[in-house]
Amino acid sequence: MIASQLSIFSENKPGKLATVTGILAKEKVNIRATTISTSDTFGVINLIVDDPERAQAALTKTGMLVKIRRVLAVLLDDQPGGLNKLAQLLAKEDINVNNAYGFVLENRVSAVFVLDVDQPEKAEKVIEKKGFKTLDADALSAVEPFHYMKY
Amino acid sequence: MYWGKAIETMDREDLAALQLERLQKTIGQAANSFYYDKLFKEIGLKTEDIRSLADLDKIPPTTKEDLREHWPYGFLATSRDELVRMHSSSGTTGRATVIFHTAGDLNEWTNLLSRCMYMTGMRKSDVFQNMMTYGLFTGGLGFHYGAERIGALVIPAGAGNSKRQIQLFKDFGTTVIHIIPSYALHLSTVFEELQIDPKDTNIRIAYIGAEPHSEKMRQKIEDIYGFKAYNSYGLSEMNGPGVAFECPCQNGLHIWEDNFLVEILDPLTLQPLPDGEEGELVLTTLVREGMPIIRYRTKDLTRILPGICDCGRTHRRIERIKGRTDDMLILKGVNIFPIQIEKKLMEIQGVGKNFLIILDREGYNDHMTIKVEVERQFFNGDLKNLEQLRQTIVEGLKSDILITPKVDLVEPDSLPQSEGKAKRVIDNRKD
Repeated sequence: MIASQLSIFSENKPGKLATVTGILAKEKVNIRATTISTSDTFGVINLIVDDPERAQAALTKTGMLVKIRRVLAVLLDDQPGGLNKLAQLLAKEDINVNNAYGFVLENRVSAVFVLDVDQPEKAEKVIEKKGFKTLDADALSAVEPFHYMKY
Repeated sequence: MYWGKAIETMDREDLAALQLERLQKTIGQAANSFYYDKLFKEIGLKTEDIRSLADLDKIPPTTKEDLREHWPYGFLATSRDELVRMHSSSGTTGRATVIFHTAGDLNEWTNLLSRCMYMTGMRKSDVFQNMMTYGLFTGGLGFHYGAERIGALVIPAGAGNSKRQIQLFKDFGTTVIHIIPSYALHLSTVFEELQIDPKDTNIRIAYIGAEPHSEKMRQKIEDIYGFKAYNSYGLSEMNGPGVAFECPCQNGLHIWEDNFLVEILDPLTLQPLPDGEEGELVLTTLVREGMPIIRYRTKDLTRILPGICDCGRTHRRIERIKGRTDDMLILKGVNIFPIQIEKKLMEIQGVGKNFLIILDREGYNDHMTIKVEVERQFFNGDLKNLEQLRQTIVEGLKSDILITPKVDLVEPDSLPQSEGKAKRVIDNRKD
């Protein structure tokens, strides 16, 4: 499954992130993960949200430059070695990672690792063959937040 | 005191007679060129029709666009065989201009520079370090030949390489320099870095030009170095440097009326303005054979300073250039037209609709930053392709405008939009 990442072009100055989160809060869109990469005076804000299309529409309406990038959201064990297993596989298969970030789903149980690679379909096949699960947008928003574990 | 006393102190009436004689000869010579032959036929003009200097207004002015449109040989008035030099402006084909010189033209041009430098005190015993770019730029070679003719020892240092320039000052006891004012200021910080007092050289005279600068800036340069700094004015269409120059009175620049017919015109109506009123400087060459130019609109704004100069020279003085009638900007002595930048940007895929040029001065360094809007369809979410776009823009501009700008990519539609003509340049540089 291929997941969607929102990539927003932004100038590197105070207030830009707040503008984005303000709009998403109003739209009641939930942010699962985010990362920002900067190159001097501009950068890109990346977001994993529960409703990427609706979020893109709302942000674009205010004039922002938003693209949806196809990424892989890989489910990992939140244990020592969890990420290593995946990273070693990518290295063996010669898959280059352009961008990556992760977030914990259930403490000590599971985590999600978001991968931006050049050929997501090819990488997806390789990863799933090795037994990893990948999540799409729906699956990402449907996964139980870790604190529900108590109930 | 005077390189050529008779001509420099010539009686105004005699000077006017000399000008008329030279003007008539120039009209005749210019008729050999494609452009002026066509123009004269169109307006029905014959050389005999120019019977007084006032008859000059029968001829419509020549503009830079005319020179560009008729690049390269449209203005040539002799055979190519007679030419020994050319100088060209920067810019890609179609935007460039070229000026051709015969041996006679070079001789006259050199004489003007010698006259200027001798006037301010340069002599055979001097050591002259020419810290200006050589090559197609006229500032380098123009001054070089003029100083050589005086008999000074010329160091053709060129521009840049500050530590080496300072080493040359020390090793050879430089007494006179030619430098752009912003570089002179920057160089003083290098002196500081090397812990040498800028006053601790043998330099007693500096010629500063190629970019407009205020009286305050000249004062600052003189205070830092302890030498006399003289304002120099020129443009490649009128040879290059040597058109006008300050005398030791440092109160206005004497413009050499035996070589150039001077008009100050209202830039909109093209009506002549009286001495003392500011307008556009329009010049006609009086001795050029290879490529005479008649009533050239310089786009520089200035006025004639009325009155006689204490130095005794009868050639009138113009005030230091304050500004232009067009949007050309000058950075580190290099002329740049915003349209050049616009043309280059529009060729690059990924560039959006709008851009803004910002000029700043940090200490003594001038910088150019260009904010460029990104095209919506170009952004694919990846930082890498944005970086590549930025690089492409910098490289593309560098080769065209000859300086390296800083490029900031900005969001589409984020730059101020204006009704009518877009304001493309914000110049924050102050004294």
